[in-house]
Amino acid sequence: MNEDFTVPEKSGAEILIDTLVEQGVDTVFGYPGGAVLPIYDALFQHTKIRHVLVRHEAGAAHAAEGYARSTGKPGVVLVTSGPGATNAVTGIADAFLDSIPLIVLTGQVATNLIGTDAFQEADTVGITRHCSKHNYLVKDPADLASTVREAFAIATKGRPGPVVIDIPKNVQVATAATDVKRPTASRFSPAGEADYSEINRAVELLANAKAPILYTGGGIINSGPEASAALRELAELSGAPVTSTLMGLGAYPASGDAWLGMLGMHGTYEANMAMNQCDVMLCLGARFDDRVTGRLDAFSPDSIKIHIDIDRSSINKTVRVDLPIVADVGAAMRQMIEVWKGRKYKAAALDDWWARIKGWRAVDCLSYAGSTQEIMPQYAIERLFAATKDKAPIITTEVGQHQMWAAQHFHFDAPNKWLTSGGLGTMGYGLPAAIGAQMGNPDALVIDIAGEASIQMNIQEMATATQYRLPVKVFILNNEWMGMVRQWQELTYESRFSESYSDSLPDFVALAEAYGWKGIRCSDPAQLDEAIAEMLSYDGPVMFDCRVHKTSNCFPMIPSGAAHTDMILNSDEVSGTMDDEAKALV
Amino acid sequence: MHIKQELTERHVLTLTVDNEAGTLARIAGMFTSRGYNIDSLTVADISEDHTTSRITIVTKGPPPVIDQIIAQCERLIPVHKVTDLTEAGPHVERELALVKVRGAGDQRVEAMRLADIYRARVIDATVNSFIFEITGGPDKIDTFVTLMREVGLVEVGRTGIVGLMRGSESS
Repeated sequence: MNEDFTVPEKSGAEILIDTLVEQGVDTVFGYPGGAVLPIYDALFQHTKIRHVLVRHEAGAAHAAEGYARSTGKPGVVLVTSGPGATNAVTGIADAFLDSIPLIVLTGQVATNLIGTDAFQEADTVGITRHCSKHNYLVKDPADLASTVREAFAIATKGRPGPVVIDIPKNVQVATAATDVKRPTASRFSPAGEADYSEINRAVELLANAKAPILYTGGGIINSGPEASAALRELAELSGAPVTSTLMGLGAYPASGDAWLGMLGMHGTYEANMAMNQCDVMLCLGARFDDRVTGRLDAFSPDSIKIHIDIDRSSINKTVRVDLPIVADVGAAMRQMIEVWKGRKYKAAALDDWWARIKGWRAVDCLSYAGSTQEIMPQYAIERLFAATKDKAPIITTEVGQHQMWAAQHFHFDAPNKWLTSGGLGTMGYGLPAAIGAQMGNPDALVIDIAGEASIQMNIQEMATATQYRLPVKVFILNNEWMGMVRQWQELTYESRFSESYSDSLPDFVALAEAYGWKGIRCSDPAQLDEAIAEMLSYDGPVMFDCRVHKTSNCFPMIPSGAAHTDMILNSDEVSGTMDDEAKALV
Repeated sequence: MHIKQELTERHVLTLTVDNEAGTLARIAGMFTSRGYNIDSLTVADISEDHTTSRITIVTKGPPPVIDQIIAQCERLIPVHKVTDLTEAGPHVERELALVKVRGAGDQRVEAMRLADIYRARVIDATVNSFIFEITGGPDKIDTFVTLMREVGLVEVGRTGIVGLMRGSESS
């Protein structure tokens, strides 16, 4: 063959890295291993892609989620075959339920070894099939570039989600002419603008409502900052109150006049009562999750429901709606604003509705008994918020009571500042997510609000923060209990605290120092502000062991199987038992 | 506390999908992972260039669940089109079965006579057995198989249902 006529060839690993650069990737979270060594060799001293070495593959996936949620760009994960891939599965499933765009690159054994139970072989495509938006096994390096391009499109467009690309080791080594195969015709067409007939109807319903409510969710965050801006304008035009799911916090500012607080199981009394009593509910990029609706047959019984969602399968999944609109929520809100202004609608006279809301607000559902002896967990969050609100911090959380207290008592005025595991509820999410967020936002103040149990699930990532000099702060509400488990056992299992005590806790201050972090401990409410200031002024990672009241419960709470109107506001209302139907609804 | 059973409807869905590795597993697995039923499933390549397959799934569930099943199928990347034949209007459904019976004397004569009534064809015969080939709607085949049990049924193989809309348009 005449050498002059051959197309230049590259290895699969090189094609992969080139395509990642082409897609704008500058940061990859990963962990090397046998089946990805060719890719790591191609990354060696690479100038455009920064690799962040985590300490466990679950950490890589959550770090990529934190990076994605805080920057709006897809997060990229690189792990080896077998255990590398299976360790990343929790993060993939987490990103799937919370609609976070991830590209997860997994090594695989060579194609001739697939199916032979080879060393570090796992059926990654099979395992991740139903917890990813899509996945691929690439069998020819000539397919790699087009596969990666399609994967980025699928991960980021429509309802975002994780896409897994499994790459056998021989495909990384083998060469192919670059760009021989064109990307296939797009087989993925996400919803965009809504139909104007539907938008007109939605605007008419909202404009004529006597008691409207905007029920917003993570879809608005995913749609981009313009969607949050549109929400603010729509709320202003309509005069309707706004509540949000856990995932949507920050889309509407917590300091805004129309803000009712979060809704759902640990949402505010006013938000849940308004949901129950409204006459028109406009659901924007939320999905009627069971933690939001409570008992379905008692969920907002008399309202006309409008649901705007980019994913048709989210509509009518659990709650039947009257006007379904499949569209990008940001685009749909802009269309509504345009129609509203075009028809010169005025905000309806909602004085009666707001008067009722004022009555519910007067219940002051987030109040709690203070203490001068002990730090109340709610107080700790309030003081942390007060000390940091002017710094526009990015807050991550683990999962449990501390997460709900953070959602209730920390307030967000902008999107992409609140990173939490909502759908899957993954303990161990917060620290790696904080690391990913700090990588994507080097100058931001990033704080993981944690519990002493959750933080131990990915505590090895402290070393990652140390290695990359990431000044993340971990603020542990340490009550020596898996608090949410303990709370449920107290409320539903007659206080039989089965295995929920956090025994044999490490000395978090000594642990911090062992990893090269600063450790701070505080148990005195009088010294809390000073200790928080010390944490914030330290130019490096800090682990703050905040010793809080041990048996505080998170209220308000809609108990399992109950309606929005049956909120428990404080522990005096708790019976301590529950029937089987309710227990099963957990 | 007891688990409640819901009233269900039978629906025939046809899916046009990319003919690529994993597509069938993705669809069948989605049914399993979300707790939907599959009564029968057929799949075959239908395009000249072998890039497209047609899958026919017979499922059952309450109407909102059927709607969810369609939405969840549409959400899968390799699925291009989902048609609910049961909702879409008049359609035909056909299934093919191979039915082996063994017997002698009157039993054998009776098997032959019934096969004739049901327009089943003999495609294999020995002195003491037949294999019948029968096509038709699922009810016809169920009935035929039930009758064959009386006259020496050995085993049955069924293809599962394929269906098309009646009339000149594609579904």
